[in-house]
Amino acid sequence: MAKFLPLSQAVADNLNDGDTVAFEGFTHLIPTAAAHEAIRQGFKDLTLVRMTPDLIYDQMIGMGMAKKAIFSYAGNPGVGLLRRLRDAVENGFPHALEIEEHSHAAMANAYEAGAAGLPCAIFRGYRGAELARVNPNIRSVTCPFTGEVLAAVPSVRPDVTFIHAQKANRKGDVLVEGIIGIQKEAALAARRAVVTVEEVVDNFDDLHPNLTVLPNWSVTAISVVPGGAHPSYAHGYYARDNASYLEWDEIAADRDRFREWMQENVIEKSADDFAARVEHLRNVA
Amino acid sequence: MSELGFTPDEMMTIAASRALKGDDVCFVGIGAPSAACNVARLTHAPEITLIYESGTIGTAPDVLPLSIGDGELCDTAVTTVSVPEMFRYWLQGGRISIGFLGAAQLDKFGNINTTVIGDYAHPKTRLPGGGGAPEIATSSREIYITMAQSKRGMVDKIDFYTSFGHGDGGDHRQRLGIDTKGPTLLVTDLAIWKPDPDTKEFTVVSLHPGVTRDVVQESCGWTVKFADTLEETPEPTELELKTLRDLKARTDAAHKGEAVGAKRGSKDG
Repeated sequence: MAKFLPLSQAVADNLNDGDTVAFEGFTHLIPTAAAHEAIRQGFKDLTLVRMTPDLIYDQMIGMGMAKKAIFSYAGNPGVGLLRRLRDAVENGFPHALEIEEHSHAAMANAYEAGAAGLPCAIFRGYRGAELARVNPNIRSVTCPFTGEVLAAVPSVRPDVTFIHAQKANRKGDVLVEGIIGIQKEAALAARRAVVTVEEVVDNFDDLHPNLTVLPNWSVTAISVVPGGAHPSYAHGYYARDNASYLEWDEIAADRDRFREWMQENVIEKSADDFAARVEHLRNVA
Repeated sequence: MSELGFTPDEMMTIAASRALKGDDVCFVGIGAPSAACNVARLTHAPEITLIYESGTIGTAPDVLPLSIGDGELCDTAVTTVSVPEMFRYWLQGGRISIGFLGAAQLDKFGNINTTVIGDYAHPKTRLPGGGGAPEIATSSREIYITMAQSKRGMVDKIDFYTSFGHGDGGDHRQRLGIDTKGPTLLVTDLAIWKPDPDTKEFTVVSLHPGVTRDVVQESCGWTVKFADTLEETPEPTELELKTLRDLKARTDAAHKGEAVGAKRGSKDG
């Protein structure tokens, strides 16, 4: 049953050094506030899973928290490359980073298999693609009925998944809408699921019956963090802060500037600071 | 802008847009294709279905999205599905007629690299990676590619096969059991290319107005083959140019409104 907790406690209770953790969000509803809280609490040796690691994984990798990244597109959406991740992969700074790289189809199937309690995902993929040569976790199975050779990858089963969502009701059911991405599968694939939300409402009685809802018993903890997805967006609440994504390209390009920015904007701040960051983006949502 | 009244980049986008038809279901991939797909929708192909990998099906954005998951894609879509559903039911299920891809590195057989420059384990440059492209390249019924020409981008040998085109050429796709057509069209800022029916090597079939064979060769890293009868790409019509420029102006204004300095074009994640 979902517990309503302050974000600092939700992170402390559910994340441990050495965990495999997913902070998911497919461009939309990225759990930035939860990632920043994890950075403040200084976790180590994490295996970071995400289809589209963007700014928050660049930040965690740059802060030396990750030993491995499992991903399918490591870019700054709309801008270009991830410079802290590149520094780790190309130069081993601040330390070497192991990578397990997939395609989107593979990661989406792997999360779905994880949510379905399966050990692996099977799909028609990687045909002619060189990732299959460099990633030993990309294998194949032969269909017992048709003989077709299909790709197989291990399911993704994080110790804990963090997602951001629009709202919870007082019982702790969670609503996700708009670009729902992989939020539901990532939450259900994990042993523990922590959700940050924009707001809590009395009930979901007046909503469409087919909206994406995670029942309260499928969620471990909920923290109310308005603006908690910034600089990503929350459909219906505030727009994507494109300027921050562009700015990040310059901040992350320089090791010292990166550390200074992290000190000032993450280490010395708290989850309460997110609401003000989206104020100017609310009228364009 | 030359005395022609349009830029090579505008010619590329418009030539690419013309290849799309109203009954196409087009998976708009990472990179440059977004503008071409939306120009097609706003001119000759209003019924086209545009799909972005964030799960938006039948989207009709008023401005070009900065990322593949912008809210407007969802607001204007016929429906928005989860990412697993997108890749399983719609792409793997064989419902996409055209996968429209860009490329960091491309070879003459339409193989694409967006993963690394240099060795995979010790790369000189770590690029973002494949995203949806490896399966878009093999599950879409055919593939269109668009990119501006450069010797760095169009190379004799790519460093990494992120997305399979025609491999070593000929029947390489069939030998791997891939039953889709693969790359059937390449539109650059200088020319339109189609694969040779037998070798599958991209061959220039049409030069854009004012472009010579030498200019095409000078900005391409492999020895270019030209078709026996070389056509000239019809120059952009007034409607095409106006549509593209209005779209870009709306996009710039929108990105400026919410993000000072958001000047770059659409490069997706």
